[in-house]
Amino acid sequence: MPEYSFDTLSIHAGAKPDPATGARTTPIYQTTSFVFDDVDHAASLFNLQQFGNIYTRITNPTTAVLEERVAALEGGAAGLATASGHGAQLLIFHTLLQPGDHFVACKKLYGGSITQFSQSFQKFDWHVDWAETPDAAGIKAAITPKTKAVFIESLANPGGVIMDIEAIAKVAHEAGVPLIVDNTLASPYLCQPIKHGADIVVHSATKFLGGHGNSMGGIIVDAGTFDWSASDKYPSLSQPNEAYHGMKLHETFGNIAFAITCRVIGLRDLGPAISPFNSFMLITGIETLPLRMQRHSENALKVAEFLESHKEVSWVSYAGLKNSPYYDAHRKYCPKGAGAVFTFGVKGGYEAGVKLVNGIELFSHLANVGDTRSLIIHPASTTHRQLNEAQQEAAGAGPDVIRLSVGLEDAADLIADLDKALKG
Amino acid sequence: MSQTTYTSDYLAGILKSAKTIAMVGASPKSIRPSYIVMKYLQKKGYRVIPVNPGVAGQEILGEKVYASLSDIPEKVDMVDIFRSSEAAGPIVDEAIAIGAASVWMQIGVINPEAAAKAEAAGLKTVMDRCPKIEYSRLSGEAGWMGINSNLVSTRRQHLL
Repeated sequence: MPEYSFDTLSIHAGAKPDPATGARTTPIYQTTSFVFDDVDHAASLFNLQQFGNIYTRITNPTTAVLEERVAALEGGAAGLATASGHGAQLLIFHTLLQPGDHFVACKKLYGGSITQFSQSFQKFDWHVDWAETPDAAGIKAAITPKTKAVFIESLANPGGVIMDIEAIAKVAHEAGVPLIVDNTLASPYLCQPIKHGADIVVHSATKFLGGHGNSMGGIIVDAGTFDWSASDKYPSLSQPNEAYHGMKLHETFGNIAFAITCRVIGLRDLGPAISPFNSFMLITGIETLPLRMQRHSENALKVAEFLESHKEVSWVSYAGLKNSPYYDAHRKYCPKGAGAVFTFGVKGGYEAGVKLVNGIELFSHLANVGDTRSLIIHPASTTHRQLNEAQQEAAGAGPDVIRLSVGLEDAADLIADLDKALKG
Repeated sequence: MSQTTYTSDYLAGILKSAKTIAMVGASPKSIRPSYIVMKYLQKKGYRVIPVNPGVAGQEILGEKVYASLSDIPEKVDMVDIFRSSEAAGPIVDEAIAIGAASVWMQIGVINPEAAAKAEAAGLKTVMDRCPKIEYSRLSGEAGWMGINSNLVSTRRQHLL
């Protein structure tokens, strides 16, 4: 088979015509359960001796197309879809961590991830150690013998920051732990973290993969590169598993062991399964991912350049702007575009931010990114309001910060709307 | 073809032409990968003959276990090796001696010298792969578990 390009794989990967009916579009297998051929077949499936469908909480043929599609686009060995990006993160850490374990993350993160890691994960006795600076040196300084993983975002939310994935992967691997990269804001069209050393990629597919703001979903991609049995750090993968009669999952499943373990332990027991209908919507969205990401990035650059010259704007943080400290990282890690999401500061702080979101018309004021529609939010009064002001500043979401997710409308219309609202 | 990347056509060719597979290192324990692979290959219509001197004379999944490849009284098409990379050397010599058409070394089993010797003798060889995973990948079954098959097709899938 030829090596197909990204654009071709966006449409075809994982989606052969339906084997049962010949349907060309992937059918929505809206069923909870699948019949067994006989008792022996059932036993083989339950014991993981044979791949096959049992129950939609664990596998589903529509969802399998989504999983293989994203695995192919990321250049990974296997994928796993979940109900949301947060559900995906829960399964990743459930597979990697035991009670009392630690992982290192950088604070340039989606506010929801900061809260999940620092508050809800505490209840499982899982602990995040924050890196002081968003670079390899900061990550390295935060790693201790208890560290089991490193977590970063490729393009960091709220925006404008692009992480040095290669250098951070090196630091993680020197410590014998995997690098997990949240690639939600870049999408695999702009950035492929596995090529730069990531071992696990995670997505909120709700955002650019689906792209239309209509369906929740999460994806885990297993690069197939990490040796889970090289140390005793990852007993869920390297040690005999009671639920499967003493099977060692890494030994049995090799380079797809992480994705399989997230599925047959995490998804089976914790349950954040995606609906087959949502999988169908996300598959349909991904078919146009390359076209959308090109337009998103072009529009975002035009809007960022406009804001940079606006007298009511104090600063713009967009890696696509030549004076951005992350411009070189943009050229290295996502040369096709710097994405749709970025932040800027309004003169007049918190009050000016509130005034802008109240006065805007074409941008939708809501807590999401990665829609065809342009979106605006004032993080300090919404997504990041659980954080105190110091935490908000550290996350790039201080009182004067406005976050945009630039959509696919005509850039001139978006610029006119922002100009009017900024002038008040 | 002493390498660890193989085309899908090459792997499918081996799996399609083999009918009888001798599995060296087959285990009677149902949680061992070899047992799981043997059971899967049987389901797909292959005759699988287990080889394991520790349990020779006993049965695994209804098949008599032999102590060595040369003890097997019938024709073997493919030899599947569930042993260490070092142990694979003499097993490959035996596979050549009994006239097998192919030698398949499991995930983690890599012995380029033995593979080169087998190829010089006209056998097709595979290293560091699992026939269960490749069979299910090439058949489109693997996609049920989200595995990247690296295959694109606009035709209805058919089992191998």
